Amino acid sequence: MEKKIRVLVAKVGLDGHDRGAKVLARFLRDSGFEVIYTGLHRTPQEVAMAAVDEDVDVVGISLHSGAHLALVPKVINYIREYGGNPDEMLVLVGGVIPTDDIVELKKMGVDEVFIPGTPISEIVEFIKIKLPEKRKKNES
Amino acid sequence: MTRIDEKRREWEEKCLKPWLQKAGQREERFETLSGIKVKTVYDPLDIEHLDFVKDIGYPGEYPFTRGVYPNMYRGRLWTMRQFSGFGTAEDTNRRWKMLLEEGETGLSTAFDFPTLMGVDSDDPLADGEVGKVGVAIDTLKDFEILFDGIPLDKVSTSFTINPPAGIILAMYVAIAEKQGVSKEKIRGTIQNDMLKEFHAQNTLVLPPEPSLKVVVDIFEWGAEHVPKFNLISISGYHIREAGSTAVQELAFTIADGMAYVEAAMERGIDIDKLAPQLSFFFNSHNDFFEEIAKFRAARRMWAKIMRDEYGAKDPRSWWLKFHTQTAGCSLTAQQPLNNVVRTTIQAMAAVLGGTQSLHTNSFDEAWALPSDEAVRVALRTQQIIAYESGIPNVVDPLAGSYYVEWLTDKMEKLAWKYIEDIRKMGDGSMLRGVLKGIENGFFVREISDAAARYQREIEEGKRIVVGVNKFTIEEELKIPILKVDPEVQRRQIERLKKVKAERDNEAVKEALEWLRSAAENDENVMPPIMEAVKSYATIGEIMGVLKEVYGTYKKPIII
Repeated sequence: MEKKIRVLVAKVGLDGHDRGAKVLARFLRDSGFEVIYTGLHRTPQEVAMAAVDEDVDVVGISLHSGAHLALVPKVINYIREYGGNPDEMLVLVGGVIPTDDIVELKKMGVDEVFIPGTPISEIVEFIKIKLPEKRKKNES
Repeated sequence: MTRIDEKRREWEEKCLKPWLQKAGQREERFETLSGIKVKTVYDPLDIEHLDFVKDIGYPGEYPFTRGVYPNMYRGRLWTMRQFSGFGTAEDTNRRWKMLLEEGETGLSTAFDFPTLMGVDSDDPLADGEVGKVGVAIDTLKDFEILFDGIPLDKVSTSFTINPPAGIILAMYVAIAEKQGVSKEKIRGTIQNDMLKEFHAQNTLVLPPEPSLKVVVDIFEWGAEHVPKFNLISISGYHIREAGSTAVQELAFTIADGMAYVEAAMERGIDIDKLAPQLSFFFNSHNDFFEEIAKFRAARRMWAKIMRDEYGAKDPRSWWLKFHTQTAGCSLTAQQPLNNVVRTTIQAMAAVLGGTQSLHTNSFDEAWALPSDEAVRVALRTQQIIAYESGIPNVVDPLAGSYYVEWLTDKMEKLAWKYIEDIRKMGDGSMLRGVLKGIENGFFVREISDAAARYQREIEEGKRIVVGVNKFTIEEELKIPILKVDPEVQRRQIERLKKVKAERDNEAVKEALEWLRSAAENDENVMPPIMEAVKSYATIGEIMGVLKEVYGTYKKPIII
């Protein structure tokens, strides 16, 4: 049997809006992914540690706090610091994110940003197609 | 009624049935947003069991189905109160003055996450979040700037704040004193609704029981010292935003309200003294009639509960007065101008439901905090309803509508069922029942399941969201986005340092020691908090003492 794709759904920072993260976690699980949800109010270190410890393929960070430009790069850096390789993972961000910031986040190493209202089927498709693509690209 | 019954049958057989056979219907089953099945048409038979005098009656009289005031908006319009705040106290003070200039009639404060969670701007946990989604407040110094030039005897202010609610109330009282306004006169609201934080909003610091203890301390102190101030805003808004149905929002909010009343009565607080200082806060979502029915049902239920269950004597204690905010979760990032229309429908439902104050969301809020232009349109939406639509000129104009009366009654019944289940969990006590429901995950599970159901319907295309899963276009975002100055955090930390260097640190230490001893000895924490605030103790220092005494809370993970 093919190994299930492992996804970490993470809430980072002080924001308590977990509806999106939880609904996403539930639907990804129902779509056949292995899902780990961090729970609320995690620091970038905690999220990075979970990503490395759980050896995940995808890190999905949910924020509605406007703190994405400060916190997301920290998560990515800590993953590297703890011995993980963000280039081998998909790093996804979801939440209330202005368009200019989406460009910034992508420069920081985020693979995609999903705004409110994104159908979950779109996220599922994205992971299934882009994860092998990204890994292949890194091999060559 | 027999004549109507005969006519109804005849119509179904001879008129409706052949029509359906020929023309068909868009759906097999029609339901409200909450999933309540609705019929093709309603008639007097559907509300036969309701008694006009007993169940509907007149506004300003028990059971207040039609409104808490006899003439409602013919006397005074609802308060147009836009939730707002960002950056430093200076930034927010400027935005507030703009809103007041534009005709807003009350203030409503959005705090940043560090303030909401009771940590200071220089705390490592606050990094990147200072001033982002609201104004950053560390000490009384920030409040002095925030309210500069705003007369507290003329304006009422609402504060969306929960774990540090008592600290913020103390700051407001301190500002009033500085302005020479007596604290008996200040008007406003602190949200101070910790129970719904555990169900939905997740601004969690202390465990449930001490959280509730502090809430009741605020009731006790506030009833004595700030008699015109709403000491709590019992909130369904966040429960709904987290994904609940309208019925769950109604039921859980009323249940929480009952729990607070029981907790206050256990403390020995006179219910008729406290009741006028309780207020409510609801969401207004897209299903127009369901929302109106929800507001009407809430008022009727609360009146019955306060009079019949808790024995409040003063008719004023039976009032459910509430603030409404249009549904943030209904806003779409796609085709953002469509949100103006959604918000208008929701705002109309709130007004037709008899709200006391209203916040209308701005069309750009699925992208960022609202820009000046977007806030203006949101406020204008209320003004157009108020001054152009004619809606406020007649009280509760939808009363007597077979559908609206049926739906009001239906929602009340469904909500009562939840309340009875919760009461059972608490062996007859709503207070114990709600705490039990927090402990065993009942509320979180109910809300999560509803949120997942809603999402599934969208995914499957059963629920249409215009511009999202139907009528989509390729578009480029052309709306201006508010940017919070990235220097805010640095400036705020500098100010905090300066305050700490200039204040009387002995006085701070003494006040915090007094607070510790009050918390440890189960005394009211408000008097020492008042003292600490006046000596410029920080929110983080004050919350820090409470955390040390009461412990902190990590929410169990329930997906």
